[in-house]
Formats: sequence, structure tokens, C-alpha cells
Amino acid sequence: MSNELIKKSIAEDYKYGFETDIEQDTFPPGLDENIIQKLSNIKNEPEWLLNWRLKAYHHWLKMTEPAWANVKFNPIDYQSISYYSAPKIKSAGSLDEIDPEILETYTKLGIPLDEQKMLEGVAVDAVFDSVSVATTFKDSLKKAGVIFCSFSEAVKEHPELVKKYLGSVVPSTDNYYAALNSAVFSDGSFVYIPKGVRCPMELSTYFRINAANTGQFERTLIVADESSHVSYLEGCTAPMRDENQLHAAVVELVALDNAEIKYSTVQNWYPGDKNGIGGIYNFVTKRGACRGNKSKISWTQVETGSSITWKYPSCILQGDDAVGEFYSVALTNNFQQADTGTKMIHIGKNTKSTIISKGISAGKGQQTYRGEVKIMKSAENARNYSQCDSILIGDECGAHTFPYIDVRNPSAQMEHEATTSNIGEDQLFYCNQRGISTEDAVSLIVNGFCKEVFKELPMEFAVEAQKLMEVSLEGAVG
Amino acid sequence: MITIKNLKVSVEDKEILKGVNLDVKPGELHVIMGRNGTGKSTLANVLVGKEKYKVTNGTVCFNGENLLDMSPEDRACAGLFLSFQYPVAIPGVNNMYFLKAAVNAVRKSRGEEEIDAVDFLSMIREKLKMVALDESFIHRPVNDGFSGGEKKRNEILQMIALEPKLSILDETDSGLDIDALKIVAQGVNDFRSPERSFILITHYQRILNYMQPDYVHVLMNGKLVKSGTMELAKDLEEKGYSWIEKEMAEVG
Repeated sequence: MSNELIKKSIAEDYKYGFETDIEQDTFPPGLDENIIQKLSNIKNEPEWLLNWRLKAYHHWLKMTEPAWANVKFNPIDYQSISYYSAPKIKSAGSLDEIDPEILETYTKLGIPLDEQKMLEGVAVDAVFDSVSVATTFKDSLKKAGVIFCSFSEAVKEHPELVKKYLGSVVPSTDNYYAALNSAVFSDGSFVYIPKGVRCPMELSTYFRINAANTGQFERTLIVADESSHVSYLEGCTAPMRDENQLHAAVVELVALDNAEIKYSTVQNWYPGDKNGIGGIYNFVTKRGACRGNKSKISWTQVETGSSITWKYPSCILQGDDAVGEFYSVALTNNFQQADTGTKMIHIGKNTKSTIISKGISAGKGQQTYRGEVKIMKSAENARNYSQCDSILIGDECGAHTFPYIDVRNPSAQMEHEATTSNIGEDQLFYCNQRGISTEDAVSLIVNGFCKEVFKELPMEFAVEAQKLMEVSLEGAVG
Repeated sequence: MITIKNLKVSVEDKEILKGVNLDVKPGELHVIMGRNGTGKSTLANVLVGKEKYKVTNGTVCFNGENLLDMSPEDRACAGLFLSFQYPVAIPGVNNMYFLKAAVNAVRKSRGEEEIDAVDFLSMIREKLKMVALDESFIHRPVNDGFSGGEKKRNEILQMIALEPKLSILDETDSGLDIDALKIVAQGVNDFRSPERSFILITHYQRILNYMQPDYVHVLMNGKLVKSGTMELAKDLEEKGYSWIEKEMAEVG
């Protein structure tokens, strides 16, 4: 092994980079009040929601893009993006009504929407560009009292729940991308777990961007009522294109007394090619409110895709004894940039948070951990444990750590650990001498490094994540 | 097993080995002794293919193959093993997982089926006894936080799990207390067989009290200048190396 070899980066073909050729209804590029009105009309939205969108839009107009993130990219022209694109055939409802091309697309992505063929015990909401095209296992979930449907359907069927919780965790004016999303969000997933119910299966949303020159702006809202439990997973892919595409989503979680939400993400948006051309800008706001006593929200993310990631899944620990967790593996190879981390805001008494962040940089990748732990005055006996580790492969990548700690109650117990290490040539040689090839040695070391996070993922996805890491790192050395 | 002819090796343009000749037959244990900086570790490292060591001349034939043409992992799969003088730590990687990956890489290269976790565990339990380590040892990260003695015993554990044809032990006895030394020596002795060969690099005659070497060589100024048996090692322990220098000067 030599540095020469480490420098040789050969991008592995992105497996999900194909495009589905179907007719779509797409808005002309550009954003103004009319576009929002049109979008709201297509969806037959109630007036309150249109007004909510417009308020967000007007606020957004007054805002400027955040510049504090440790990422560099050309300015986005928001007037050149189309804000809505949906397959022509109206396909919400039974599977028979879905365009076979779309069914084929999801099968190719390894997410067959046919319930017979699906992974046992996982219900899927499939979002294709701007709309949800199918939600599986809806009936069996209904029997358990669980509501799992597209966001648009939720607005129609469960307006009281949507109205009560929409924007209650991430206000429409929260930040630039969240405000934009609030103005133009087109669909997404909605979950409600009633009191005392343990959701009988894993819920998941699979986001697929297909159309060119469009942005994807979806919202996810999950409400876990008292003493309920749900595990939710999202996955995402997009075609390979030379231009960048914007994905600005908002996820809101609400956990009431004794409720638990486990939210896992395997993010594999197109990362751009080995020269840094193309790829998704993944600018996402994710936040959970542990509103009830003894509630718990746990974020697990495996971020291997996107050319730029800007994302901080956070927890507001309002209830007493509430628990927030953040487990993250982020990988940047070639020219990928990631600025990601979490915020843990302790408000209730005896609240506890854990942050485990693992960053892996290869090629010319730049990786930033940015996190804030805030202990408010009211948070008697709050505890936080943070661990941020970075690993560098080769000598052209970077790892940066920005932890912010703000303690306003002296009873708080804070622990913070951080390490940065290289995959050393000595380590690789040691593996080689035992018969292990350099490529296998890298994935052995990286998997060992990520173990603490992978074990938080649901079983099937842990295996997926491990494979994804191997593919994403292929060519990073040797 | 291995035939080294007129091997010359440089590190960063400095010639360290200046024509080494050595022939090791199956079943033999050769000991290489010498002062610090005479090239003992260079010889070990160049044989396993560490990159910064440049071969400028000579040949190495390993069981009929040109060793110098092979990649480090191919050399390992062909049955060459180095017990490192300073084994590196690999934090986060479970010792058992590492060892299983290594064993399976070697098996795969031989066209054998990979061993599964259950069979591997029962196999490794047996081997752990040979180096007097308890099972918790294999669930720790590779060499991470190991004591000096544990690292060396871990090297021997890897050796007996991988079953190499030729094992090079680079100062495996250094820094060991007498009990650990006995365990390591016993581990090697139990592993000896008519098919397996060893090259033991050491500073001290001490470990040889527990082993039966066939040959003892002295490496000086980049060459093997004197060969003998156990008696030679005893002489060195008693008299040091200067008498050999004198002898060489006289031969001149």
C-alpha cells in the first residue's frame, strides 16, 4: 500500500442511477404565489393549509441562505427549479392503478410494492418525485389503529391531527430550507400511533427523485401518542445526472408520555461522479419533540449519498425523564461534502441524551460534525454523553468537529469524547500479511468503526448499510 | 521451503542487506541473531513484502515460486507468516472477526470453503488453550489496549490459526517475562512439524533454552557472516559479537 495507491479513486457505479421513462405532469420552473396556489389546488387543500404555505413563502422571501455550514457550492437558482412533478396516471389507491413502469422502478430499487413480495413486517410509503404513489399494508395497520398514509391523504382524512401537529416541531419560519419546504411541500408520509399501541411492523418511506430539474420537497410527520411505540425507516435514491438537484425535506416527530419513536435513515441519494459533477443537495430539517414524560426519540442515520449534506436531526427533550439519541455514520468520498450532526435541547428534569457520530472521509471528501447540547435552567440533573469519531482514508480528505455545549443548570453531567484517526498503512499491511486484501481490510476497519451505530439499525437494514458502505468506499484505496 | 540468494535490500537509498544467502528446508528452525541495526527486521519485512524495502538484487524462491513477485496478501495466502515485532492495534475491529476474515481469506485462496462462525469459534477455543489465553481475549479489539505479552501471544495465536508453512518470528521474545516467554515458546514447539519451517529473529539466547533450533546464524553488516548450531548462540551470549568481527577482519 502506498499513498499513490490511496490517491487512486475510482468511483463505483451508482447502482440506482437509472431513470424511469414515464409521462409526468410537471410545473414550469419558477416559484411565486401562483405556483403555490396551483399546488394547493391540485391537492384540493383546505384554505388554512394554503394560508400556512403562503405565510411560509412570504417569510422565506425575507430570509437568506445559511452560510455557516462548512460546505461550498454554487448558488442555487430557485427560479430554475420546477416545484412539482408527478406521474400522469393518478395512482393513489390500489396497486392496480399504478403505472407498471413505476412498480418496475421500485422493484429494481429492491422495494417491491406488491405486499406478497415485500420484506416481511415492513410497510412502505413510496414517494415518487412530488407524490406518494403507494402505501402498502395500510389495511393491516388500520386494524391496529395505526394511521400510515401519504401526507396529502392525511390532510383530507385526518385534518384535525395534521392541523394540530404540522409545524409544531419545525415552525414554517424555522430556517431557510424549512421555510421553502413549508411553502412548496408536495407530499410525504404521515404516521399516527394511538395510545398504548406498539406498531406491529416497521414503517418506511422510500423517496425516489426521477424527474430532471425538479426539487423534491416532502414532509414527514410522525405522532406517537401516549405509551405507543414505532420504528420508522426512510431510504432514498435518485438518477445520475450532471446537474445538481435540490432535496429539502422536513421531518417532525412528536412523542407524548411514555411514547418511543425510533427513526432510521439510509440516505443514498446520487453522490455525484468521481469528479464532483452532479449529485443531490440534501438540505434537510429533522427534529423530534419528546413532549411527554419518559418519552424517547432515537435518530439513526447512515449517510452515504448526496453531493452535499446539511442535516441535523435533533431532539427537544421537554418532558421529564425524556431520552434523546443520535447515532450517525456519514461517509464522504470523492468530492462529497457533509455538514451534519444534532441538537439536544434539554428542558425537562432528568433528561438524558446520547450522541454517537462516526465520520468517514475518503478521496477529497469533506466531513463536518456540528452539534449542540443545550441544558436549560429547568433541566435539573440532565445528562449528555457525546462521542464524535472521525476516520480519514488517504491524505486529501478532511474531518472537522464543531461541538457547541451550553449549560445553564449546574447539576448537568456532560461527557464529550472525540477522536480522529487515519486508516494507517501499517494497519492495512498488517491485514495484508494475514491474507486480507486491502479493499477487504478497509471495509473491515470501517465496519468496526461504525459498529456502534449499525447495531442501532433494524436487522435487515444493518446488513444493507454495511453493503452500502462497501460500495461507497470501493476504489477509495488501492 | 525458502531459498534466499544474494539478497540486497535498500531502505530510502541506504543499503541495509548486502547479499544474504539462506536456505531453509521443511521442518527446520533457523535462528538469526545480531546486533541492533544489522538488518534483521529488514530481512523479515522484505520477505513479507513491506513496501518501503526495495530489493536491488537477488532472488527469493518460496516453495517453487518467485516470492518477490507476489503481493503481500498472496504471500500470506501461500503460507508465509510474520509475527510482527510491533503488532499494530486496529480499534473497533473484534479480534475474532479479524482472525476469521484472515482464516477465510487464506482458505479461499486454497479453494477451500469458508468456515462459519460456529465452527470457527470451536476451532479457536482449542487454539486459545495452546497460548494460555481465555476466551474473552478474542472478543477484544485487535491489539487495542493489549499488554506487550498479550500482543505477542496474539501473534502466536494467529500463527497457529492460519497454519502457515513458514513463520518468521521477529523478536517475538522481546519484552516478555519468563512465564510469557515459556508460553510463547511452547506454542511454537507444539506447532512444529516436519512440514513447517521457522525463522526466529532474536537478540537473546534465552528463548532458545525452550526450543531446539537446527541452525543459528549471525547477521552482521547486512550479511549472514557465521552459521552454526545452538553452541554458537551460547558463545554469543557469553562473549558478545566482537570476536566475530575480529575473526572476519582476520579473514579479511
